[in-house]
Amino acid sequence: MTGPKLIDPYGTPAGADPRGALQSITLDLDRTEGESVNKMKSTHLEPFPDPVLEVPDDLKRSVIVSSVDYLLNWARKSSVFPLQSGLACCSFEMISAAMARFDLARFGMEALRASPRQADLLIVAGTLTWKMAVPLRRLYDQMAEPRWVISMGVCATSGGPYYQSYSVVPGVNHIMPVDVYVPGCPPRPDALLYGIMQLHDKIRRYSLNGQAAGQE
Amino acid sequence: MTTVWSGDALAEAIEAFAPGSVESSAGSDVWLKPESISTVCEGLKIRSEFKFDLLSSLTAVDYIDHFEVVYHLTSLPMNASAVLKSRVGHGRTEASIASVVPIWRGADYQEREVWDLMGIRFDGHPNHKRIMLWEGYPGHPLRKDYVTYDQSIASTAPGGADSLEGAE
Repeated sequence: MTGPKLIDPYGTPAGADPRGALQSITLDLDRTEGESVNKMKSTHLEPFPDPVLEVPDDLKRSVIVSSVDYLLNWARKSSVFPLQSGLACCSFEMISAAMARFDLARFGMEALRASPRQADLLIVAGTLTWKMAVPLRRLYDQMAEPRWVISMGVCATSGGPYYQSYSVVPGVNHIMPVDVYVPGCPPRPDALLYGIMQLHDKIRRYSLNGQAAGQE
Repeated sequence: MTTVWSGDALAEAIEAFAPGSVESSAGSDVWLKPESISTVCEGLKIRSEFKFDLLSSLTAVDYIDHFEVVYHLTSLPMNASAVLKSRVGHGRTEASIASVVPIWRGADYQEREVWDLMGIRFDGHPNHKRIMLWEGYPGHPLRKDYVTYDQSIASTAPGGADSLEGAE
């Protein structure tokens, strides 16, 4: 180089790791992260089956625990606390659904929990990339059962406009079982509310006698 | 109003302090030889007639038979801007060019992005690794010959991508 000598902005000291101070700290972390992403990408090839409630046959119907069922399901459906998580633009529709005009509080779910330990519902609001799939699956694993998942918008449902992209998961049901799919790009808050009401209807149908909530 | 350097004028000015470093010039662009990029960029930043103290953008283009690294420079003291280009990786060989991070620190993330998505190596970069995709990702997805995971499945499946093309 000609001209005055320029100073290395990162100031690598003599005798330090030849890869540079910054890289020697972070590259191992990145490799570990990359291994976990690649592991998830190579193991989650098929979508999970959607948790569909079976209609119990007549014999099972003849045993009735309906009052306990009714109470439990009513309590659960009336206080579904969603996890406060948004991935992309759909999360703004989710936020406006929680605001005064659409008022999620009517359903007893105004408390968007900041911790997965206190949440019952994971609304996957937006595009899920493979790099984000690892932390999102961890959030799902940290939620206490019974837990439910709403796939909000076409990106989460199938990849949407990013279908066949190099970095987007082709449907969040490759990562976790999904209870309700809400189509739209993004879905209006009305559509999300309808999806939530469908979920309430689903929760009401669980039975200790048949398929109890939390069984997968 | 920002003065935009014409390619010919800038090429002449570069040749005055770094002879033999310009490949060609046209419009508002100057094509530099890749091996002289450090010398020229350093001169453009320091010399009093340029003072290009801001690298507003660093990106790359895939022209199939070669890659082109594009530098957009801005001089705040002189209120001027210029465009430098450099052709690398002829014949899709291992493409590499000298890093300009020692000159403009803002080039750090942009060079990492170009490496991540286009696969052009920046020699002398202090932290040369992927920035957006994860470590262990196969290939560089913005290259023209990149085949994504899903498309590769479609093209090998019976009646896959080939029959789709035929249908159109």
